[in-house]
Amino acid sequence: MKIELRPLQGTSPGYYLLMGGMALVALVGLAAVWYMEHNGHIVTGMNNQIVWGLPHVFAVFLVVAASGALNVASMASVFGKTDYKPLAPLSGLLAIALLLGGLTVLMLDLGRPDRLIVAMTYYNFKSIFALNIFLYSGFMGFVIVYLWTMMERSMNRFTPMAGLFAFIWRMALTTGTGSIFGFLVARQAYDSALLAPLFIALSFSYGLAVFLLVLMLACKGSDRPVGDALMAKFARLQVIFISAGLYFVTIYYLTNLYFTRHHAFDRFILMDGGIYTLLFWLGPVLLGGVLPLVLLLHPRIGQMRRRVTACAALVVGGGFAQMYVTIIGGQAFPLVIFPGRQVSSSFSDGVINSYSPSLPEWLLGFGGVAIVGIIVMVALKVMGFLPERLDDEAMQHNAAALAAAHA
Amino acid sequence: MTPDPTSQANETGEAKSGRRGFMAFAAAGIAGILIAPGVRLIEIAQAAPALGTASPGASSIVRWGMLIDSTKCASGCTDCVTACNTENGLSGGTKTTDSQWIRKIEIKEVRTGKTQSLPMMCQHCAEPPCVDVCPTGASFKRADGIVLVDKHTCIGCRYCMMACPYKARSFVHSPQTNQKPDVPRGMGTVEACTMCVHKVDKGEMPACVTACAKAGHEAILFGDLNNPESEISKRIASYPSRQIRENLNLDTGVRYLGI
Amino acid sequence: MAPLVFLLGLLIGGAVYAGDASSVRVPQPVVESARGGQCVEDPAFMRRNHMKLLKHQRDDTLRGGVRTGKYSLKECIDCHASKTTDSVAATETNFCQSCHNYAAVKIDCFECHTNKPQVKP
Repeated sequence: MKIELRPLQGTSPGYYLLMGGMALVALVGLAAVWYMEHNGHIVTGMNNQIVWGLPHVFAVFLVVAASGALNVASMASVFGKTDYKPLAPLSGLLAIALLLGGLTVLMLDLGRPDRLIVAMTYYNFKSIFALNIFLYSGFMGFVIVYLWTMMERSMNRFTPMAGLFAFIWRMALTTGTGSIFGFLVARQAYDSALLAPLFIALSFSYGLAVFLLVLMLACKGSDRPVGDALMAKFARLQVIFISAGLYFVTIYYLTNLYFTRHHAFDRFILMDGGIYTLLFWLGPVLLGGVLPLVLLLHPRIGQMRRRVTACAALVVGGGFAQMYVTIIGGQAFPLVIFPGRQVSSSFSDGVINSYSPSLPEWLLGFGGVAIVGIIVMVALKVMGFLPERLDDEAMQHNAAALAAAHA
Repeated sequence: MTPDPTSQANETGEAKSGRRGFMAFAAAGIAGILIAPGVRLIEIAQAAPALGTASPGASSIVRWGMLIDSTKCASGCTDCVTACNTENGLSGGTKTTDSQWIRKIEIKEVRTGKTQSLPMMCQHCAEPPCVDVCPTGASFKRADGIVLVDKHTCIGCRYCMMACPYKARSFVHSPQTNQKPDVPRGMGTVEACTMCVHKVDKGEMPACVTACAKAGHEAILFGDLNNPESEISKRIASYPSRQIRENLNLDTGVRYLGI
Repeated sequence: MAPLVFLLGLLIGGAVYAGDASSVRVPQPVVESARGGQCVEDPAFMRRNHMKLLKHQRDDTLRGGVRTGKYSLKECIDCHASKTTDSVAATETNFCQSCHNYAAVKIDCFECHTNKPQVKP
């Protein structure tokens, strides 16, 4: 018996409460945008030294998680792991919602957000930023088509092909996002081809973590517990992804230690960077890396769904910290114009730049997260994205039905 | 049950004309697709000034550059900075949110304590990273080598500020009023040294160059790098000049002596 | 059929009536006159096309370095600046602001460009 996907039936007061809360956060975020646009970026913590601040941390995290959130669907359609098939539409939905949320934050932090039409009509194709705009809109298109092939019965036979295209595009998108930083030859923190695969690895990890959190919330809210076998599968996957992320982060800093000219920057992040050092070791390494790994490797992890959820939350927190260290730490370290010399000027040459995020920036960031939530909640109510049952028995029957259909 | 031969012949005839029609349509479509880009290219080519003709305004025959002799730069002297601020309507403030198009950098050799001073501004590279990364093409290099920001298309993403190896660019953080008529500046866009393009186009020299010369230091020389007879080209040909961050291969328009 | 003809007649009549300047119900914008002389083009042409001229000129000037030519923004402002506020967009009656207020079209130019004339040395 195949698992049916249905819209949420009979929503609880909790649904409306959460929806209302998120709408409020989104509105406050928009108010913050109005305030920033009318008064200029002087009301934020950003300045000529730290030009990309907290909104970019939020935006890049959401975009990276968006491409990773599609992974569950890709595993089902592209890599033949049919157990994840019932969850594929939710995965696609989350990918779109996260991307929209991330892009909203990014677009609204522009100096001239009123010039969005200009951004969409004047293109410099050498710019990875411009190429990313195509990658983002293409991603939306491909995932929408992919969702359509999954949810429209007569189109089901095209799902593997649509899934493949979406998967390839998603890899290109994350490579593009990593390259936004990787192509910055001028800065010690970024000048590296390693950033593209690093972002790919991180996207798997963050995407799955966000997917898990949303799934657990949706299932808890609508009384359909996830089965132990599925939980154990997710836990194992998360272990692999966290490890991959940790691998690339380690390689990035380790190889940098070999380049004498990068010593100062590595030392800054790993030892003397103050908040950045603290966030790095506490965030992606300890709380977002080692701790979840240890917790998830328990033999009976499938029955400890609270632990799995907690680990997902830790990974998300570690991810934010990683983005903060990457984006802001990379700018805090002074630009090296005269290597080996001590410099000073009226424009903060030679000094560590300081940054403290302002309230409008926090509000904009959370506004973006709220938009993701609103999209997901509305979609769940309106269309069939959530499997009716996810317990072990239902999954077994589903697998048998799928096998019989293929036989 | 043999099919009626006449109807079969008719059907074949209809099918044949149907196929022909389709083939004709497809051929026309493919031809159109193949030719259209060519037509567009011809359009673009005809719109651009013919090769070799001098169009009014900036031309690639000239390449504007500057040669800065840092041995003539006194530590603490900011004549060029003051002149730039006055000419371009900058506040002259040094808060982290204030725009600085040119700044003096004091450099110290750590082991010996030997100090040096020089002005740093947009280097007007021949291969500018800021132009490469700008998503809308607002950051561009003019035909005569001057790198500018087109504030009409700048969306204020600040990616060029991240990409500049010299930290030459500033972002305008608050609403601007009383701009100089020759130097538009607006909130939410990125700006940098324009090599006083409004003066250069009139045949004058940038404000920093004039001010330095007027004060008697004569540390900054401005001229046409493409003209071997210009003072700047002759000096670059005779003295070992360097570019800052030469290893990035950006071929800057601003060169330095004594670094 | 009859009500339709009546409605149509009402519409046409209304349009004709509104177009009649002498018995105006909707106030026209108060546009301060320029400092003197003739504009580079006639008013009707300018009303329709000044935005296209400016858009074309901006690229010629900025990207092409062409600072000659009759559609220079600085020259427009020099001539059209108000004698009282010395600006084209400071108050509602100033040249640019008046029509733009009336048409409810925000002027973007003066975010960057000064709205005051050049001070002749």
